[in-house]
Amino acid sequence: MTGMIHKFSQNGYYIVLDVNSGAVHVVDEVFYKMLDLVQPPFAGDCPEALYAAFPEISREEIGEYYSELRELYEAEQLYSPDYYDDLAGKMISAPVKAMCLHVAHDCNLRCRYCFASTGDFGGTRTMMPVEIGKMAIDYLIKYSGSRHNLELDFFGGEPTMNFELVKEVVRYARSLEKAHNKNFRFTITTNGILLDDDKIDFINKEMFNVVLSVDGRKEVNDRVRARVDGSGCYDSMMPKFKRLVEKRGDGQYYVRGTFTKFNKDFAEDVLHLNQEGFDQISVEPVVADPNLDYALTWDDLPEVFAEYERLAKILLERKKTGTGFNFFHFMLDLDQGPCAVKRLKGCGCGNEYVAVTPDGDVYPCHQFVGHEEWKMGSVLDLSIDEKKKEMFVHSSVLDKPECKKCWAKFYCSGGCNANNMQYARNILTPYTLACEMEKKRLECAIMIKAALDEWSTEG
Amino acid sequence: MKHVKTLNKAMK
Repeated sequence: MTGMIHKFSQNGYYIVLDVNSGAVHVVDEVFYKMLDLVQPPFAGDCPEALYAAFPEISREEIGEYYSELRELYEAEQLYSPDYYDDLAGKMISAPVKAMCLHVAHDCNLRCRYCFASTGDFGGTRTMMPVEIGKMAIDYLIKYSGSRHNLELDFFGGEPTMNFELVKEVVRYARSLEKAHNKNFRFTITTNGILLDDDKIDFINKEMFNVVLSVDGRKEVNDRVRARVDGSGCYDSMMPKFKRLVEKRGDGQYYVRGTFTKFNKDFAEDVLHLNQEGFDQISVEPVVADPNLDYALTWDDLPEVFAEYERLAKILLERKKTGTGFNFFHFMLDLDQGPCAVKRLKGCGCGNEYVAVTPDGDVYPCHQFVGHEEWKMGSVLDLSIDEKKKEMFVHSSVLDKPECKKCWAKFYCSGGCNANNMQYARNILTPYTLACEMEKKRLECAIMIKAALDEWSTEG
Repeated sequence: MKHVKTLNKAMK
């Protein structure tokens, strides 16, 4: 039941987040410092220690500060109680509503940081047969119960290497929507090399969202995103991405890049992508073995943090002049967002979300594919390992002791179970390097909200 | 409030 706050100062703003209510307060410097000196329950009169701590401020004004602090506390907007253990009963085995379909375990690129071992996930290079794709749809319908909205992501490897299957699976799923009262939302992630007008038109007609993989500046991109012969891919894919986005109109898309130790000035890559005409941008830190030359390590964090703050300031200036763009990880809905249950559950991998390999094997998510011990079923015999599913049911924030104590838990939802497994050897133990970057991004996102609020008030 | 501005309606 204990309340929790997180306070930080950035870009001249003093900000206090009340963790359990989600309230965000922009305060002045005295109020900010005062929070270090007093603890709830804030009963009775202003403590003498506060008067003594600020001798330059009149007793009357200090009393005013304290009464504002008490008012927030009593309104449950500061140190508000943690009722969330009451939701533990809602962490149950749920219908499967999202599926990652690995239509190709092969790729025409050999990106150095690829978690999928450059496309084959550590196995043989294979394509999913159409029949397996259709069985996957049957599997999703069977295990989705009464869920209406279903998501299917065409993934790889490189999914455009098996595009006829993509078309067939979409047609098949659409043919079943009405009879089963389902709404399929298709998405696709592509490196763009094989895009042509036929594929672009199909994607723009059928895909609810599309992710276009590019890392930013040509020299940055081509250093790590190389073809099989070692040559870069930037010049080939960028015109195709531009054409897709131009023809897509208002449809959702993201250009999505990875930054590594080689480009800790990644704000330049974000700006480059915007300069090239994209306004929906995500550039994210690589997750890699710390011994690799491109991996980000704890030593890199000060530079990465400074760059996030620099990007936040640039984005603010751009929004001010009407030339803003969306940077994925600085987007935050402070007024509503998802429900508390969703925030505690997170991605739902292994419970509401599964991945299917070209052979029809079912895994908790795309990041677990290739790790045989995590296989949890097959679309061939419509099987699912309920014991494994139950393990993921109990991998919510409430089950992660470190996460329960963290101020960011309702925004990151316990992080990525696959990364936890890979780097902390336990799905319930957070991969703390990623946590630190997530927390910095959240602080930047909240600061942007504070600054925009100030400007709109002044404007 | 004089020293605090709350930005949002604030999740449940």
